[in-house]
Amino acid sequence: MAPQLANWFPILVFMAIAGLIALAMVAGSLLAARQKPYAEKISAYECGFEPFDDARRRFDVRFYLVAILFIIFDLEVAFLFPWAVSLGRIGLFGFFSMIAFLGVLTVGFIYEWRKGALDWE
Amino acid sequence: MSMSAFLATPLGVLILTLVKALLFLVPLLIGVAYLTYAERKVLAAMQLRKGPNVVGPFGLFQPFADAIKMLMKETILPAGANRGLFLLAPMLTFALAMIAWAVIPVNPGWVNANINVGILYLFAISSLGVYGVIIAGWASNSKYAFLGALRSAAQMVSYEVSMGFVIVTVVLCVGSLNLTAVVEAQRNWWFCIPLFPMFVVFFISTLAETNRPPFDLPEGESEIVAGFFVEYSSMSFALFFLGEYANMILMSALTTILFLGGWLAPFGLAPFTWIPGPVWFIAKICFCLFVFLWVRATFPRYRYDQLMRLGWKVFLPLSLFWLVLTAGVLEFAGWLPVT
Repeated sequence: MAPQLANWFPILVFMAIAGLIALAMVAGSLLAARQKPYAEKISAYECGFEPFDDARRRFDVRFYLVAILFIIFDLEVAFLFPWAVSLGRIGLFGFFSMIAFLGVLTVGFIYEWRKGALDWE
Repeated sequence: MSMSAFLATPLGVLILTLVKALLFLVPLLIGVAYLTYAERKVLAAMQLRKGPNVVGPFGLFQPFADAIKMLMKETILPAGANRGLFLLAPMLTFALAMIAWAVIPVNPGWVNANINVGILYLFAISSLGVYGVIIAGWASNSKYAFLGALRSAAQMVSYEVSMGFVIVTVVLCVGSLNLTAVVEAQRNWWFCIPLFPMFVVFFISTLAETNRPPFDLPEGESEIVAGFFVEYSSMSFALFFLGEYANMILMSALTTILFLGGWLAPFGLAPFTWIPGPVWFIAKICFCLFVFLWVRATFPRYRYDQLMRLGWKVFLPLSLFWLVLTAGVLEFAGWLPVT
């Protein structure tokens, strides 16, 4: 194994252990406890009422908007990581390139703010 | 075959890695169990109550009693639920909270996977936490669970953005993504001093990321009962619970590494340096966890629009501004780390 890859091996072991513990806990409970379901017990909880319908229905579009905004800014963060690590080697040109990029994004951010995309009334 | 020769074989490496991983995970799980106990005791003390005091001396066996009780309860699979995903979600939440610990350094060299992109790995794993929540809420096929999952997902992604900017600011001061390098870069100054506003933003964001009070809207008992895990019972509920508390410890460890100097003694002064590094590391984690509990006992819950406003209109501009400021100061004062 290449040394770079060997460093990642413990993560694989962690995944295996964590998965096994989780499986063992759920399976252990399924085996140890008495399972006795009936219609009222396994119906969806709705404060004591019979459930009116299931939960596969429309929901507020604002959650969707938040997710879109998140993708934009998270991409920006992903773009900043390599820049932050190597800023000492890329000099003033590298610095001002990123400042220009952030400037464009700030204009977009101000536009979103003024348009009310960040409001949640 | 000698011991060292055996440990060089593939089987030896596997066994050694397993033992090292368990040396991390077993204390972590015990820590999680006792964090639930500490939470009840601290909250009780702040409200002039006694807290758990019946099972064992000072109620010290309470976490184990709770675990056995959970194990003996029936696992309810709701009629309308998507069964496979319903059982997968808590396992995913729990497993993600565990595997993040593979890269946490406790002392120089005391780390399972000393990868050169440690911060990025932690950022990725904590982002994946949203999947457990969304899968649980959708697979339950219950309205409360669904609403809770949507709220929780929107909240977690909102605060992740400013967390990302804060982490980039720290990376600027370090010049590396390796977590050991981050701690070693704080020999002279812990980053909580020069980057104090970022430290505050980061800590509050970790409260929102872990769905802790005052940002526990996904659970909001008075409106949506328990949010995304309302339909869960028995061990699958316990896995969510353990995952949340393991995430609290993980976020405290991350705060310690990024801002509180990890295993370094304060200012490198003589009486403090006599105490070994791992003790400092654990003490700092305990301090952060205590603040988590203290906040819970002190502050009322946020309203959803206030939460969104704080994330997008206060933290995001503030962290972006401080990032540019830090980069500018480092660049023009010639303080950039050259690695």
